[in-house]
Amino acid sequence: MIDLSLLTDGGVGWLDASGPMNHLVLSTRIRLARNLADRVFQTRNTEGEREQILELVQEAARDTVLLRRAVTFRLDHLERPDRQLLHERHLVSKELAGLDPDGRVRAGASVLVQDRVGVMLNEEDHLRLQGLQSGFALDAAYAEVDRLDAELGQRLPFAFHSEFGYLTSCPTNAGTGLRASVLIHLPGLVLTKEISKVLQGLAQVGLTFRGLYGEGSEVVGNFFQLSNQTTLGKSEHELLDHLGKMVRQVIDYEEQARQVLLRDAPAIIEDKVWRAYGLLRYARSLSFEEAMNLLSGVRLGVGMDLIPGVGMYTLNKLLVYTQPAHLAAAHGMALSDGEIALKRAQHVRRVLEEEVGRRG
Amino acid sequence: MSCDQCHEREAMVHLTQIVNEQVTTLHLCERCAAEKGVESSGSVAAKNQLGTFLAAMTKGLPDQSVASSAGDQQTCARCGATLQDFRETGRLGCADCYRSFEGPLRDLLRRLHGSTLHVGERYADRDDQSPDPRQREVDLREQLRLAIETENFELAAEIRDRLRVVE
Repeated sequence: MIDLSLLTDGGVGWLDASGPMNHLVLSTRIRLARNLADRVFQTRNTEGEREQILELVQEAARDTVLLRRAVTFRLDHLERPDRQLLHERHLVSKELAGLDPDGRVRAGASVLVQDRVGVMLNEEDHLRLQGLQSGFALDAAYAEVDRLDAELGQRLPFAFHSEFGYLTSCPTNAGTGLRASVLIHLPGLVLTKEISKVLQGLAQVGLTFRGLYGEGSEVVGNFFQLSNQTTLGKSEHELLDHLGKMVRQVIDYEEQARQVLLRDAPAIIEDKVWRAYGLLRYARSLSFEEAMNLLSGVRLGVGMDLIPGVGMYTLNKLLVYTQPAHLAAAHGMALSDGEIALKRAQHVRRVLEEEVGRRG
Repeated sequence: MSCDQCHEREAMVHLTQIVNEQVTTLHLCERCAAEKGVESSGSVAAKNQLGTFLAAMTKGLPDQSVASSAGDQQTCARCGATLQDFRETGRLGCADCYRSFEGPLRDLLRRLHGSTLHVGERYADRDDQSPDPRQREVDLREQLRLAIETENFELAAEIRDRLRVVE
């Protein structure tokens, strides 16, 4: 079993609900795709070359401020539950963790993590620099990852083309290599059935959405990751400004939707959020999807000041700690689906009970 | 259907190639396909929807730079990747692929991003940390000259707009 206590805040400092607009926005993530100019890309390289990339980047990282104390996790040396644990903490992509249905872990697949920044190695690109912040904080997230890019760029030869910019394995990421994602909770728009219109509108202005776990993941618990679709032809700041403006607009729509719900159906909405709370507080068995949907209801109730005494931090932690690998890790053993559902309900009950006790 | 190559095993991979506007389809078993460097659609294309998407996109393009010569079999001298590889996987083999397949890639990048000109942070020499606006202007002027020389007027117009911002 890996020791996540090596990481500051267990690598989930972004859960602490300290960031701006944290009642709606869980986290802001920015990643920069980079490749080494003198090495072939991941689809064509050998195991030995991937090992060398890992060594080169580790050596460069030791000279940086932002990754000097980084903890390295070698995904290819970890068993599946540990890889899943790192993925559930949003520290590595599903692909890097080899969790796709027919996926395997690639030799050399690793991640370096220190505080709110990290770098995935031997993913689709040689390096995927990432920065993660609590709440809606595009500028703060970019400032850190940009600094990391400068620090590593001084020590490593990144593949760059004067017209096309940073060169990536897939041309969809070329140019800036930047993907900024804002993880936002939009139950109001889902309940008022406005969400598809909003998502269509975002597509028209060059933005895209994904589920809680990024590329290829489904939308659960009304969480959407909104991000830029294009990476070339606009500067990093233009891309971030555009995404930021659009996210602010979505936030306005969500707030309006909540006002409509309170105005037109106050009894229904109050009943809905308290039912969610009641089920979480007393259920004996919870599937992942059910837990996510109920947590979404409670989060909505807390955000609308209908449910007092439950903190966003607690709800954020429940999102991560009720996932299968976390429940199995907490019990120190592999669990069947049925056992996981029981343990999940037990965990949620205990946390909510403590929360009531703590807040009186 | 048996494999076109070994005529023994069942053909699992159906490879359609378009070379000089001639469509040929090869039916191969997984082993012969692997020997030819083709991964089966089950292993790559199905899990790689972007690859399929890119393949569909690039197929519709007038590949002036390649169609006249070796078509999809054009190879990147450094890594050995072909345009066909890219169409199937959606991934390039190395940084030099961007030069080897510059024509089709420029068209693809324009379709994907609405532009081919990177205007963001530039990878400075490792000794030079500060991005100098004057250097930026010199770079842009050089790119403008190249664009006009190669009669890429769309790109030239884009660079001119960028120059106005820098100036």
